[in-house]
Amino acid sequence: MPGLAQPAMTPDGTKQPGLTAPAPVLELDQVGISFARSSGEPLPVLDDIDVALREGEILGLLGRSGSGKSTLLRVAAGLVRPTAGRALYRGAPLEGPAEGIAVVFQTFALYPWLTVLANVELGLDASGLKPDAVRARAMSAIEMIGLDGFESAFPRELSGGMRQRVGFARALVSGPKLLLMDEPFSALDVLTAETLRSDFLDLWAQRQTAIEAVLMVTHNIEEAVLMCDRIHVLGGHPGHVVATLKVPLARPRNRLDPAFRAIVDTLYGILTARLAESAGGAGTARGAFGLRLPAVSSHRLVGFIGALAAAAHEGHAELAALAATLMVKPDELFPVAAALHLLAFAELEERTIKLTAAGRMFALADDSERKRLFREHVLQFVPLVAHIREVLDEREVHRAPRARFELELEDHLHRADAETTLRTAIDWGRYAGLFSYDDHSRTFGD
Amino acid sequence: MPGWRDVAAVVLVFGVIVLLGEGARQMTGPLAGGHGPAISLSPAALPGYTLRTVLRMLIALVASFVFTFTYATLAAKSRRAERILIPLLDVLQSVPILGYLSFTVVFFMSLFPGNVLGAELASIFAIFTSQAWNMAFSFYQALRTVPTDLDEASRSFRLSGWQRFWRLEVPFAMPGLIWNAMMSMSGGWFFVVASEAISVGDVQVALPGVGSWVAQAIKTRDLAAVGWAIVAMSVAIVLYDQLLFRPLVAWADRFRYGDVAAQACPRSWLLDLFHRSPWMQHACRPAGVALTRAAHLRLSPGAHGRGYEWASRPFSRRAGDALWIALCAACLTGATVAVLRFAAPALAWADVANAASNGLLTLLRVAVLIVLASVIWVPVGVTVGLRPRLAAWVQPGAQFLAAFPANLLFPVVAFSILRFRLDPDIWLCPLMILGTQWYILFNVIAGASALPTDLHEAATSLRLRWRARWLRVLLPGIFPYYVTGAITASGGAWNASIVAETVSWGTTNLSAGGLGAYIAQMTARGDYPRIALGIAVMSIMVVGANRLIWRPLYAFAERRTRLA
Repeated sequence: MPGLAQPAMTPDGTKQPGLTAPAPVLELDQVGISFARSSGEPLPVLDDIDVALREGEILGLLGRSGSGKSTLLRVAAGLVRPTAGRALYRGAPLEGPAEGIAVVFQTFALYPWLTVLANVELGLDASGLKPDAVRARAMSAIEMIGLDGFESAFPRELSGGMRQRVGFARALVSGPKLLLMDEPFSALDVLTAETLRSDFLDLWAQRQTAIEAVLMVTHNIEEAVLMCDRIHVLGGHPGHVVATLKVPLARPRNRLDPAFRAIVDTLYGILTARLAESAGGAGTARGAFGLRLPAVSSHRLVGFIGALAAAAHEGHAELAALAATLMVKPDELFPVAAALHLLAFAELEERTIKLTAAGRMFALADDSERKRLFREHVLQFVPLVAHIREVLDEREVHRAPRARFELELEDHLHRADAETTLRTAIDWGRYAGLFSYDDHSRTFGD
Repeated sequence: MPGWRDVAAVVLVFGVIVLLGEGARQMTGPLAGGHGPAISLSPAALPGYTLRTVLRMLIALVASFVFTFTYATLAAKSRRAERILIPLLDVLQSVPILGYLSFTVVFFMSLFPGNVLGAELASIFAIFTSQAWNMAFSFYQALRTVPTDLDEASRSFRLSGWQRFWRLEVPFAMPGLIWNAMMSMSGGWFFVVASEAISVGDVQVALPGVGSWVAQAIKTRDLAAVGWAIVAMSVAIVLYDQLLFRPLVAWADRFRYGDVAAQACPRSWLLDLFHRSPWMQHACRPAGVALTRAAHLRLSPGAHGRGYEWASRPFSRRAGDALWIALCAACLTGATVAVLRFAAPALAWADVANAASNGLLTLLRVAVLIVLASVIWVPVGVTVGLRPRLAAWVQPGAQFLAAFPANLLFPVVAFSILRFRLDPDIWLCPLMILGTQWYILFNVIAGASALPTDLHEAATSLRLRWRARWLRVLLPGIFPYYVTGAITASGGAWNASIVAETVSWGTTNLSAGGLGAYIAQMTARGDYPRIALGIAVMSIMVVGANRLIWRPLYAFAERRTRLA
């Protein structure tokens, strides 16, 4: 691999005193992204994001699914043009994918009809080098990533972890200065992800590549604290940076280290506070249609209340501990918790979730009593469901087409959000016995 | 030491090259006396004629690929072009090919007067149109559904447009494209046979080939010659399938995107032969290297190519759209005026009424025949499809039957009708569905094989009676496949009506009435305005049936059987 200039940072990421800070490798200056709604008005997805990535650091973008972090990464990669603000790479404005930036994708993005070697050589297609030089560099990249012997294998013959290694090799073969990673380990099982993470950190620590800075997107809190020097937490609608945390721990980092756990707890706290906020007042202030419902089925909600009310937790628990007991990832727990907070069956505080009085009643009641309670709460706290019921009552035949509500929602929400919200509303409305829905004719009825 | 594979491969390749060269030499010969060389009915001449026919199919296939790569790419990349090109493709797929053969023959022959090449081009054009639209549509759809992550990867590694096309888009589209080519090829044999003996008014051309062999046999009432033609055609179809398409399908399997492990991995003995023969590998290496180098060229205008996708300002985009729509409207009115000026003086409303009533008769026939064919073949298809070992040999058989040009069997039927003094009005009708009913059969077989095993295991464990099992499990399960087959079958039946509703044997002409007979009679008379009227009526009916019946049915089938 081509050699590096003398680093200004020590391997563990702290700055050496007395050196002036060089220009940031990547700078996002008041970047905003909006999509056009069907009515023509712009729907902001990201707003006023300021990010400065310096040499020698790994920056993490942490946020829940759908918080716009992947879109932000694509802005940095030059694949998406920001509607507001600008992106600068080494001081120059970014006009598209630039030389020196490489991306590692969540779903590996390997071409099934090319061998491992051909896939890695793809990374050098734009360089204009001679085929012999290309092959030599590809072979050394494959060796560095630990896949030598597999050059003539096809992606379908490889396991998930090996495929992502190919993705890394392809990104590293061109000797990039900036590496962008879009949830690179989330499609892998826990053990493989751990191996790849430590291998990557070894490469980084030993300065075996020309990479100067890394931007990583993730929804896994522990992964972010394990790998990053600095973490930006994204949240809110429209998405913006709600918090920034430094991680001054030396590598290799220990998950059981109290300092490590303290940072993880702080991040948990920030994220649950965001959850409570987005589930509560902010949405209803925009009226019936601004509220985004999480994609949680009534079945799951009922199950979760049951689990929470069980003797082990007695109605309240720390989210992190609860996730561990139920053996689910925290990111899967957040939507259910948000839904319960929205319906006022539970309360989200600092890092804990606690059943309200109504929630405890729900846990102990029988089926018809539960439906009654659910009906009350849904009508009170989910304006969309109440609105559907109203419209049905107004009409003589008590039928209404789905398209009508879709249009109303799309004025306020992004299309994918509108669809999820409507689907959840249908699910909850059916459980509560408020209305029926026929998917063949796409109409609501009594 | 050359292995047996090397020798076999070399023999095959040289044999094909020699045959192709011989056929090409004959193709550009002069048109003797304006009517073409006389067709000899001796069996010894038949292999040569078959070769000519096969050659026409090949040329049409190459032309279809070239058309597909240009037309579909343009439609997929340019939003404005898409608005015109895709509806146009839609309509072109529904226009009956044999109808406008008369116009294209005159056009091409006027381009090359005195040379048989004009007539050849007309015949090749007829075959081309039977395949090109389907393939272009399939390629267009593949271009529109390229997986996002592969697309993003290629853009982030700054591949140029040319590189992206050859290294991402074409490989991704290849399996669907090859399969589609194979399917539309089955229809092609029908058209090549029908288009070789062309007689429009006083323009009579008989191109050397199996189709004109059969036409000559009909004129001289030689039933044995028809038998020889059937044998030769069967051999040609089998060879075409084994030597060209099966290897192509097996080769295209490497481009399959997705982790689905296909139980039936397509194999081809020819492809295996070529892969394992060292001589072939050596011989093909230079070509392979050259092609790879070509695909790796940048060919982009600037040093960095275009980074962001076209981001034009909204105002200029809308102005451009308005201009484009105005231009298209102008062309459309110009075309309508030209057509009216051509047709109006010669036609009266009585003609239109005549054509329309004939059209309704044919419509009735097609509807009845499709229903009959469905009632017979759907149960058979489902029963076969549920038994994999049976399906393994019945399905290729059904595909062969679908490819076999049914018009070779028409003289046999005409002979029988005359011999047994049957009523042509009734007994000529089945000819329309003879070749196309097999599409229903093999599509239903495919649907039944693809039915998830757990669905009909559940039906068995619940001990459903046969009525419930059929009405609630099997028929809804195969419904989308059935609709696909029925659309193809009905489209084929309309096309076939032009050669099926009037059939001749010797000097006797049997006619069953209907729109197909109308068009055929007007073609024989050389009455161009009425030919145009007939084609227009048939196109309207086919497009109407598509929009009002088949498309909604297909959408309904998809919605009802979607699980996710």
